[in-house]
Amino acid sequence: MRQLFTFIKKEFLHVFRDKKTLLMLFGLPIAQIILFGFALSNEIKNTKIVVADYSKDAVTRQLVSKIEASNYFDIEESLQSSAAIQASFKKGTIKMAVVFPENFANDLLHTRKATVQVIADASDPNLATTVTNYITQIVNDYNTESGIAAGQPLQIVPEMQMLYNPELRGAPNFVPGVMALVLMLVCTMMTSVAIVKEKELGTMEILLVSPFHTIYIIIAKLAPNLLISLVNLFIILILSAVFLDLPVKGSILLLVFCSTLFIMTCLSIGLLLSIGAKTQQAAMMGSLMGMMLPTMLLTGFLFPIENMPLIMQWLSNIVPSRWYFIIIKKVMLKGLGFEAVWKETLILAGMCFLLFTISLRRFKIRLQ
Amino acid sequence: MEPVIITERLTKRFGQFIAANELTFQVEKGEIFGFLGANGAGKTTAMRMLCGLLAPSSGKARIAGFDVYTQTEKIKRSIGYMSQKFSLYDDLTVAENIRFYGGIYGMSRPLIREKTDELLQELQLQNEAKTLVRELPLGWKQKLSFSVSIVHGPEIVFLDEPTGGVDPVTRRQFWDLIYHAVDKGVTVFVTTHYMDEAEYCNRVSIMVDGVIAALDSPARLKAQFGADNMEDVFYELARNAKRKAD
Repeated sequence: MRQLFTFIKKEFLHVFRDKKTLLMLFGLPIAQIILFGFALSNEIKNTKIVVADYSKDAVTRQLVSKIEASNYFDIEESLQSSAAIQASFKKGTIKMAVVFPENFANDLLHTRKATVQVIADASDPNLATTVTNYITQIVNDYNTESGIAAGQPLQIVPEMQMLYNPELRGAPNFVPGVMALVLMLVCTMMTSVAIVKEKELGTMEILLVSPFHTIYIIIAKLAPNLLISLVNLFIILILSAVFLDLPVKGSILLLVFCSTLFIMTCLSIGLLLSIGAKTQQAAMMGSLMGMMLPTMLLTGFLFPIENMPLIMQWLSNIVPSRWYFIIIKKVMLKGLGFEAVWKETLILAGMCFLLFTISLRRFKIRLQ
Repeated sequence: MEPVIITERLTKRFGQFIAANELTFQVEKGEIFGFLGANGAGKTTAMRMLCGLLAPSSGKARIAGFDVYTQTEKIKRSIGYMSQKFSLYDDLTVAENIRFYGGIYGMSRPLIREKTDELLQELQLQNEAKTLVRELPLGWKQKLSFSVSIVHGPEIVFLDEPTGGVDPVTRRQFWDLIYHAVDKGVTVFVTTHYMDEAEYCNRVSIMVDGVIAALDSPARLKAQFGADNMEDVFYELARNAKRKAD
């Protein structure tokens, strides 16, 4: 036991001596969260929009000037055709179009109801949601004000249309995604590099000739990474609660438990990679290319899995981060308990067990 | 004299390939035993079997009295090992390296401290205890590496081309350390490509194509082959090799 402790202490020395890696380890999650934090920021100012006013009456003019007066929007130009609106969207210069149909004030006066069309570029779903909410707010304000003045409620109904991404997947997807990505990268890369480094240095042979057990070598190599990853996890959780307004709604304990499972899975993958890799660079490239791409593509946080071809959907099932991502979303964002995630947890536990066993066995075979 | 390494027809096959074929030899306690051979002759395979890293295909071997098939754990406790690759941790200090290797052999803390002082004094590295190993010159690293490999007091130390890439002066100093260890009763099993080093050994075996082609003291080998130096003896034997180096 004391031998193991000596070894783990040595591993920590390695980590703390290497300032560059240390910086990367803790800088990565912070940078990611801050980066995504800006993308998620609620405050949107001076968004460029166009207005198409086919009615040109008192009511529409009032509404347009209200929109113009708010500092959320800059009206780029007034257009008169849907083709022109389409063109502006395609150029990417505007984020939203507000269309008042003909006879707007007339309709409002006679039927007490009029519809304003709001078209938003939802390829950036966060922005689209936010700007359409602002417009709704402005229209509602007008409804209330003019309704009071007229003594009777008027109803202008904003009709939303989300271009490019009608489902509006986005915002809260990112934090769980970043968690999966960061943990995956740190664990696999750190582990594989740490082990390959010993092979490169020739110290691995010395360790194998010593009475120190192979299983101890593995434990000692994994222990610091497990700890660092857990610290990283908490950094991400705190940052997202403080800056992104995404606190953990469910049980932290459950979250930590599932994260540990996921971390162990990633560590096992790192172990497997280290068996194949001969140099530290190879190990690093292997974890970057081999792990980052599937994690980004097949986890579901950038691209919805339901929309993928069937074969990709099947493939995504073997990506551990996919299941972890679902767990995090349910526990962290929706506040659901174990009964909602037991299936995913079981799958993750199974993967963890399988990968760990395989890597352990292959590690022994390879070195002896 | 009692033998600490005894092998009898020790063989290792990898599929059809016989890497080490029926090796039979003994190494006495306190001896410096040189293990020579061209690249690919089977030295490393043989050494790995003796260290308990590789299970033999057939034959017998006892290291420090323990069987290579069934008592590898006990063998590992009784031997030290230094590889051709430099085997200390660059980013740890001299003292931390010693502490680590002492630690994984299960030495107690006071014993490690005592051994560390002793070792640093012997290498005259007292002032460098807290220096990172990467800042030491190569020669010092190699000497330190050797001292660390016997810090736990093994009966036998296996040195796999320990002096690769070092200048002759440092090599000579390195051998002084080896002699010093032998004085304390350690048996040294060393592979090398330097024929001047072969002369320093008590006995030398030369492997060719997986078998031991010659085994005797350097003086007698030279007499047997009518050669002036070990270089010629080695060349005489190795040039008939059929295997290509890998």
